Amino acid sequence: MANGNGSSNDRHTELGLKEEDLVEMYRFMLLARYCDERQWGLNRQGKAPFVVPVSGHEAAQVGSAWAFERGKDVFCPYYRDLALTLVAGFSPKDVFLGLFGKKDDPSSGGRQMPAHWGARDRNIITGSSPIATQCLHAAGIALSKKLKRSDAVVGTWCGEGGTSEADWHGAMNFSGIHKLPLVLVVENNQYAISVHVSKQVAGSVHGRAAGYGMPGAVGDGNDVLESYKLTKEAVDRARAGEGASLVELLTYRHYSHTSDDDDRTYRKKEEVEEWKRKDPIPRFEEYLRSVDLIDDAKIQEMRDDAKTTVDEQAKEAEQADFPDPSTGYDNVYAERVEVR
Amino acid sequence: MSEKNLVQTVHDTLFDEMKRDDRVLVLGEDVGARGGVFRVTMGFLDEFGEDRVIDTPLDECLIAGVAIGLAIDGMRPVAEMQFADFSFPGFNQIVQEAARIRYRSNGDFSVPMVIRAPYGGGVHGALYHSQSVEAFYAHVPGLKVVVPSTPYDAKGMLIQALEDPDPVIYLEHKKTYRLIKGEVPDERYTVPFGKAELRRPGSDLTVISYGLMHHLCVEAADRLSGDGIEVEVIDLRSIFPLDIDTVLESVGRTNKAMVVYEDNKFLGAGAEVAAQIAEHAMFELDAPIKRIAGPHVPAMPYAPTLEHWFMPSVDSLEQEMRKLADY
Ligand SMILES: Cc1ncc(C[n+]2csc(CCOP(=O)(O)OP(=O)(O)O)c2C)c(N)n1
Ligand SMILES: [Mg+2]
Repeated sequence: MANGNGSSNDRHTELGLKEEDLVEMYRFMLLARYCDERQWGLNRQGKAPFVVPVSGHEAAQVGSAWAFERGKDVFCPYYRDLALTLVAGFSPKDVFLGLFGKKDDPSSGGRQMPAHWGARDRNIITGSSPIATQCLHAAGIALSKKLKRSDAVVGTWCGEGGTSEADWHGAMNFSGIHKLPLVLVVENNQYAISVHVSKQVAGSVHGRAAGYGMPGAVGDGNDVLESYKLTKEAVDRARAGEGASLVELLTYRHYSHTSDDDDRTYRKKEEVEEWKRKDPIPRFEEYLRSVDLIDDAKIQEMRDDAKTTVDEQAKEAEQADFPDPSTGYDNVYAERVEVR
Repeated sequence: MSEKNLVQTVHDTLFDEMKRDDRVLVLGEDVGARGGVFRVTMGFLDEFGEDRVIDTPLDECLIAGVAIGLAIDGMRPVAEMQFADFSFPGFNQIVQEAARIRYRSNGDFSVPMVIRAPYGGGVHGALYHSQSVEAFYAHVPGLKVVVPSTPYDAKGMLIQALEDPDPVIYLEHKKTYRLIKGEVPDERYTVPFGKAELRRPGSDLTVISYGLMHHLCVEAADRLSGDGIEVEVIDLRSIFPLDIDTVLESVGRTNKAMVVYEDNKFLGAGAEVAAQIAEHAMFELDAPIKRIAGPHVPAMPYAPTLEHWFMPSVDSLEQEMRKLADY
């Protein structure tokens, strides 16, 4: 279905992707999907009070993340970006340490809710709950890179709801004015919790780029290769000093907004089912089969591997220690300030 | 050593710091060609160029958010909020982001940035060019809020702010800009945060204030001296960290405390000072703690009569100090 146009069977070669890239991308998508399934299971068991699902967004996230150079480029993600965060260097265990709020959670040492990603050693900038604030940090970091004559590129992600926030427009405006090495990716899943995109966005997300003097691309966010392609063009542009770009990836989340939401109150079952049929993972499997990279046996083996990895690492995280309450005052300031 | 007013001192200090450390840059509205509406960055554009003197779009949220990104990536941004009253579009970035980044990342990230903001009334600024914002920001763990009231402190505290590893809100009272002059050493020095300065010794009562109000308090205290009333005047200098020890030590000797602030009385920064005196020195007191502050109306109306009504004055302070001394 994905590449049913039959024109070319090796889109990836055209994009400069090697077979190893494809297998790795597929593996990350599987890991993300199984992390999601596991975290929902833990939620149902009462072991994880809060879950932010990623299922449905794997192609958009893995594809866009793959366009960046790990170790050099900078990631400013949002809470939905579990798959992206795996690509950027989190292990499934790291994800579950955060889910349980454990001491060794790389993002926050158990201080933030799950899915508030961050780790300096992986160039993932700490994120918060207020929507789209990270887009301005990304613009500031991109300015810093430009001033330092570095060729690093900064990526920032948010949902289509995020594009309504002043912070997002500020980041677009500033990076447009200063031609910053920034790529703004929008994972448009049509809903901001319950609010449909038709009530969120006048015109279109990608159309807003023109007003900020930068290119705005839009594409199929359930197609990992297209997500990669559009983002890679933007990253290349940024690295060449040509400035910022906007990439809108159309996708859909399979589950509720979070474990505290019930999507049946605002989405029709048929609509959800229709989008589940466009699931990015089977779609990518189809492509991998079509270029003879994997067969059914290999798919099964990789799925089993990913599932086992996730289950084992989730268990390890579950057994890890919670932070000691005596550390509660740590890191408010560089040095402790007593309040009497 | 040379005598300067406060705004010139901020200008000179920032200029010297930018010469010294090329990680320091300024960003804000009109900071470039115009040199800032109060002339704090006058001449900076010619000296340091557009890379380090950045005229931003008119967007305080952007100013704060971009400064955070710069700081995270190792720069030392000095963000100017043209007036403290207009810092609120950036409130979310300052309070939710800058203040919380160290804590929420458990020390993995930090935000060494300075936000400069001209604040305060008595300048015919009416409702939107007169506000005191220190209580909003000092309430937030993760921020430091300082209010230098003399040129000497303006220099030492700005350098301290630039050396501080955490975000600092550096408030400059607009009325002190040209009114307050003082000797400023040429050499580089810092004034540590969280150290109040006992500027006028006295034995009859302790008056605690900061910013413009500090100067009014000293003047009122000097008047009372002729009548044999000796008022001890403390300049807090830093709202957070708060040097309550210096305050308590003084109140322990004078046994009377007055807190003076220009902000609305209710939940202003002085309310915390009064609460801590009550909490830690109740039995040292010979009189109830007195707070002199702005009325509970939006700060502050424009007509001279109304503006005067809003602001504590030397006359009203003198009267109130006398009453407390006589208690
Ligand atoms: C400033 C702010 N307002 C409201 C919220 C509550 N909230 C959390 S997620 C969300 C919807 C965001 O939707 P979108 O940006 O499309 O991302 P998605 O969750 O669909 O991936 C809302 C309203 C918030 N976190 N921050
Ligand atoms: Mg959405």
